[in-house]
Amino acid sequence: MGKWSRRAFITTGVLAGGAVVIGVAIRPGNRADKVAGLIANDAETVFNVWVKISPENTITAVIPHAEMGQGVHTTLAMMLADEMDADWQLVEMMEAPAHKEYANYALAKGYTLGDPDFPAFLIGTVDGIFLTASKAMNLQITGGSTSVPTTGQLGMRVAGAAVKAVLLQAAADTWDVPVDELIARKSHIIHKASDQSAPYSDFAQQAATLSQPAKPRLKTTDEYTIMGTDVQRFDVPAKVDGSAQFGIDAVLPGMKYATVKAAPVFGAKVKSIDAASIQDMPGIRKVVNLGDAVAVVADGYWQAKQALDRLPVEFEEAGNEAVEQSDIFKQFTRDMDTALANGDEIVDKQTGDADAAMSAASSVVEAEYRVPYLAHAPMEPMNCTAWAHDDVCELWTGTQNPLGFAAEAAEAIDMDADKVILHNQYLGGGFGRRAFSDYAVQAARIAVEVAYPVKLIWSREEDMRHDHYRQASISRFRAALDSAGKPTAWVNQYVEKHDPIEAPHIPYGIDNQFIHYTDSETHVPWGFWRSVDHSLHAFFTESFIDEVAIAANADPYQYRHDLLAHAPRFQKVLDLVAEKANWGAPMPENRGRGIAIHKSFGTIVAQVVEVDVTAGKVRPHRAVCVVDAGFAMHPDGIKAQMESGIVYGLTAALYSDISIRRGAVAQSNFHDYQMLRMHESPIIETYIINSGEKIGGAGEPGTPAIAPALVNAIFNATGKRIRELPVKLHDLSRENLEDKDVA
Amino acid sequence: MITLNVNGETHELDVDPTTPLLWVIREQVGLIGTKFGCGISQCGACTVHANGVPIRSCVTPVQAVTGQEITTIEGIGSDEPGLHAVQQAWIDEQVPQCGYCQSGQIMAAVALLNNNPAPSDADIDAAMSGIICRCGTYSRIRRGIKRAAAASSGAEETVSG
Repeated sequence: MGKWSRRAFITTGVLAGGAVVIGVAIRPGNRADKVAGLIANDAETVFNVWVKISPENTITAVIPHAEMGQGVHTTLAMMLADEMDADWQLVEMMEAPAHKEYANYALAKGYTLGDPDFPAFLIGTVDGIFLTASKAMNLQITGGSTSVPTTGQLGMRVAGAAVKAVLLQAAADTWDVPVDELIARKSHIIHKASDQSAPYSDFAQQAATLSQPAKPRLKTTDEYTIMGTDVQRFDVPAKVDGSAQFGIDAVLPGMKYATVKAAPVFGAKVKSIDAASIQDMPGIRKVVNLGDAVAVVADGYWQAKQALDRLPVEFEEAGNEAVEQSDIFKQFTRDMDTALANGDEIVDKQTGDADAAMSAASSVVEAEYRVPYLAHAPMEPMNCTAWAHDDVCELWTGTQNPLGFAAEAAEAIDMDADKVILHNQYLGGGFGRRAFSDYAVQAARIAVEVAYPVKLIWSREEDMRHDHYRQASISRFRAALDSAGKPTAWVNQYVEKHDPIEAPHIPYGIDNQFIHYTDSETHVPWGFWRSVDHSLHAFFTESFIDEVAIAANADPYQYRHDLLAHAPRFQKVLDLVAEKANWGAPMPENRGRGIAIHKSFGTIVAQVVEVDVTAGKVRPHRAVCVVDAGFAMHPDGIKAQMESGIVYGLTAALYSDISIRRGAVAQSNFHDYQMLRMHESPIIETYIINSGEKIGGAGEPGTPAIAPALVNAIFNATGKRIRELPVKLHDLSRENLEDKDVA
Repeated sequence: MITLNVNGETHELDVDPTTPLLWVIREQVGLIGTKFGCGISQCGACTVHANGVPIRSCVTPVQAVTGQEITTIEGIGSDEPGLHAVQQAWIDEQVPQCGYCQSGQIMAAVALLNNNPAPSDADIDAAMSGIICRCGTYSRIRRGIKRAAAASSGAEETVSG
């Protein structure tokens, strides 16, 4: 960890003392000086770490998050600009440099103060590196659907309002009029009584010398002029003319290309490399042994790839070479059984007396579900360009965690953290994968072996086989029903808990609940995968409640509705999706409807899928989605995220299956890790509810409910209950259904 | 030496003639809008035109297209106002998310509309199902193609009228 300057130390002190709620980033003079040189030229005035104003009256919002398609660069700028009463046409944005002054201050504060809303996903990320309060400042992470709820709500809006306050004060001083006679509107300050109007830029320098309020008044919803509107995203034009710079597009003078092959079995080491055998191939520069991987550096990527494919490499055995996917599921089952037998289950949630309710039940419903490992498979394969020169190492890459990457690369090449300079680029998909620094660390390690910049590009096969995977899991349920079919107990056991902790919890009013889990470690590396644990638990819980409803001879929508009587916010989302999807209307033959609802990252999403199952072929042709994120800052952006989350979740539910064979990932590319394509994609309708509740996220909550809505629809269409994903594992042809299930 | 025509410019390149066109475009010609996604013609991120026909540049040896006119994402915009109708429609519909696949999507859409100015949904499915979008922008791509088709037909009517 780098040394703290006095100013940074003050920042930390305020953080630890908690005396200033969120104002430290906008207190006068504290951080602006330090970052001014990084983001501004001499004519511009930096008010604080989030905003600057040019002499031409352009406002630049400095955004401390990575753009990976979720629109964060635009939405956060909107939040700042609205509180400033800016003219949106004069607003620009820039991504903050990877610098600890741009740490997610609100996140760090929440972490330090034990804020219960501090996203649990971050605790895993900071694992081992940033465990103390001061170290938690070293976060600049994009993930967990947190950018709008935290940086936006606690940072950008406060900064915007504070800057507006000092601009008004500076104008009042200049014009010698009471500040409460002034109006800020469209980047101008207006004094009606004296008929004066001037742009913000006229007062910028003076305003910057004033003390900004730590807790300025924020707008109420009815005062918004930019928030809640559909402005066009900043990043779109460059993404339609080919000029957008992704990590893979970095070009440096004299740059060479590298590609890697890591040990197929996770944890294995390189035993031997016959580098001489490829030395004479064209363009070959160097072979680098990275310990658990081997890299070839060449004049072009293709040359490096050709040579690597021919390079004889032997790997030491690490003890997992015989592991098959079936062994992993057997291990889960065994560990779950053992935990039950020994009574050493780990309690996740316990209310009432589930055992007693189970004994008194009129009937009991039981089911077991399982899900496979999943890869992220972003369209841009992992890559990083690194250049070690003078006493620094510069990195160009797309990352959800620039400071973490720099720190981990620095450690790997034994360099001071502040000597590793990371230039974040557009991410060609993140989904959680680009929170893991393995590819950047490799690039840095190769770069220190050579005298020129190196662009490391993973092949798609490497990307697929060396991901950090969404866990495979098994989940078992028992529900007790009374004579009226109402559930009186909910018992759930599963393996492999990660984050967020509330993912397995249900919203339904069931008095007696016992939810517990068992750890069952495997050698497969784990990673955050869009919506993290919600991605599996929503499938488990929303499939099982459907089974319970069917067992109670109830309509799956009405049954959920009745169990949500205590939760009107959920009920409204559920009711609207049923209404918009024409729930209950007759369906043609071979078609079915399924419903599911799930809250994640503060946002409630309900979805109805209509599916056609003809000749065994499953085709979801319509998806209706209702989302309540509290308030939709950028409604079209939320719709885009719902569409995206639905396609991502449907792809996984229908097709995705990472399986372990002889200790390694069996799949390698899009031919055997299939993606949903244009002709298979449903018509998606999204409806937004602005409930006024606390702001939630948008990037992930569209994903969890779609898998259960799909399998519930398949059940409705066919009578076949799918309890193991992906759907493609199951034969849904009519002959099979008639033989085994329906009859 | 290989002679390659890209976006109307001729390049004399010293490359192994079996090198896939993708890497020649990106590394030798220096146009980075064409993307690497899978390397085996499964995802379409690398789609460019050869004499107007959409091809997967990641599996096309450069020697197979010498003498043909290669067009990349950088080459489809008109001089004024600068954007192809498909690109403008992509902005109007706010199609891209991460944006990485969109060069390939746009090249496939442009080729479709060149051959079929008023494609049906089935035509769009047939032309576009080869290009994967992991962000799931398919419904916006469909709308974008229809918008571009409508804009182009409107423009032609104006000219002819």
